[in-house]
Amino acid sequence: MLRGLWKLTWIEIKIFLREPLGAIGTIGIPVLVFLVAGRMVGRRALTSPAARSFTGVGLPVLASVLILIGAVLSLVTIISIYREGGILKRLRATPLRPQTILGAHVMVKLLLSAATLVLMVAAGKRYYPVGIHVPLVGFTMALLVSTCSILSIGFLIASLVPTARFAQPIGAVIMYPMMAVSGLFAPVESLPLAVQAVAKVLPLTYAVSLLEGIWKGDAWWAHARDLTALAVAFIVCTALSAKVFRWE
Amino acid sequence: MPPVIQVSAIRKTYGSTVAVDDISFEVNDGEIFGLIGPNGAGKTTTMECIEGLRTPDRGAISVLGLDPFNDVYKLQERIGVQLQQAQLQKRIKVWEAVDLWASLYQRNAIDGDRLLEQLGLIDKRNAWFMTLSGGQKQRLFIALALINDPQLVFLDELTTGLDPQARRAIWDLVRGIRERGKTVFLTTHLMEEAERLCDRVAIIEHGRIIDIDRPDNLVKRHCPERTVVLATDDGSALERFRAIPRVEAITCSGSQFTIRGSGDDLVTEVIHCLSENRIRVTDFRTILPNLEDVFLKLTGHSIRD
Repeated sequence: MLRGLWKLTWIEIKIFLREPLGAIGTIGIPVLVFLVAGRMVGRRALTSPAARSFTGVGLPVLASVLILIGAVLSLVTIISIYREGGILKRLRATPLRPQTILGAHVMVKLLLSAATLVLMVAAGKRYYPVGIHVPLVGFTMALLVSTCSILSIGFLIASLVPTARFAQPIGAVIMYPMMAVSGLFAPVESLPLAVQAVAKVLPLTYAVSLLEGIWKGDAWWAHARDLTALAVAFIVCTALSAKVFRWE
Repeated sequence: MPPVIQVSAIRKTYGSTVAVDDISFEVNDGEIFGLIGPNGAGKTTTMECIEGLRTPDRGAISVLGLDPFNDVYKLQERIGVQLQQAQLQKRIKVWEAVDLWASLYQRNAIDGDRLLEQLGLIDKRNAWFMTLSGGQKQRLFIALALINDPQLVFLDELTTGLDPQARRAIWDLVRGIRERGKTVFLTTHLMEEAERLCDRVAIIEHGRIIDIDRPDNLVKRHCPERTVVLATDDGSALERFRAIPRVEAITCSGSQFTIRGSGDDLVTEVIHCLSENRIRVTDFRTILPNLEDVFLKLTGHSIRD
């Protein structure tokens, strides 16, 4: 049913872009954060090594994680709205396979994440204070791999939230604390031991480590540990969601 | 021709609630078959078991010779489904929905634009789903149910929430589906809808089927009562009416008489009595029982309770 998958993906992209708030929120905010914060800190980048490291690696990775989190929260919201409205059920009463219906939503999120990243880099080449020399293809791959893994948590959340109204807040309550301890704002090693232990079981920590590494130009094999962790999270969450996912 | 749908002794429970309790029936080729009963009687559960969306705890179902559980995708290719209270994506355009659905089936889909034209939706081709009225949404769902030219169409509470005019328009469309040689299986809690549309109905309550027959046969079998209401100033009228055979009760208020009895002959007998005795009447009408009365009789309560 590849034909159904593409068609559904394409229609869902169009529908997503027709909702002004959602589109601006998920595409606009990461790009805006990247450019505005970059310009604010950028002036000091020449003199301060910390600022240089922030604009060189920290901020691009932060903005990329914002893309990722935006994708996950948007997925959680859309799935729960579609379930509550009976849209998922209506799609199921066709020859479509269940995995095609959900796969289309993953495709939408991956394509939009990649597009947002490209937009960010393109805008960055013109308005960002520091030159962007990044292995773009490799970094896009790293972002997509990370997004895929974390989206599986999104499916798990979407399976468990009771109603569409709670989907976004519950999603945010789970995702944002994960961001806080993921090493984005302070290296994981500098956190209190208890927090480090928590960080080590959260997949976002490994996503951040992978993204930072690839942005800096590391080889993929150097991040085998991160990739394994992301794969494990993906497999566990997908298996769990397959068990608890509710279509209506 | 074998039955299009064969349901034998299915049962479905949710926790301790028995939604469907030992239901059996058959639906024949080319008929409009209605499952009627109050909300919560088990209509939708039964229908969704037949569509392959739910699995009964026990019992067997055969649809177009297929098992809805094991051959669900094969079955979906050949049936059309309209679900109760379904929605589509708010911002999907009418033509996009029809186009998407057409692409999901392997068999040759029928022309989407012609279908939209037949359903009076062609002007709304580019409209978002959220901007459609209730009747337009239901017509779009009918279009989606027909896009793969199915042999069997399922319609679950199709006209609930629609105004009378939109309801009538939808009824005509459903009759049109039957005229194309398709079988229609529908549920409704509107007795008028069942009476006007269905060739046969099954009355369901508390997950059990109470009776199955043609609507007129059900009325004949369960509600043989007839009522004649007439108005006359003739002083001897009451006396004369009492002499009519099979009359069970007469009430009169002022010049208006209500005569109750049973059997098809009652009306003839009353007319005969009027003409024989040259009783002049200023008003005359008969009240016939309908499915609503059948339901009341069989269950002891009205379907709206």
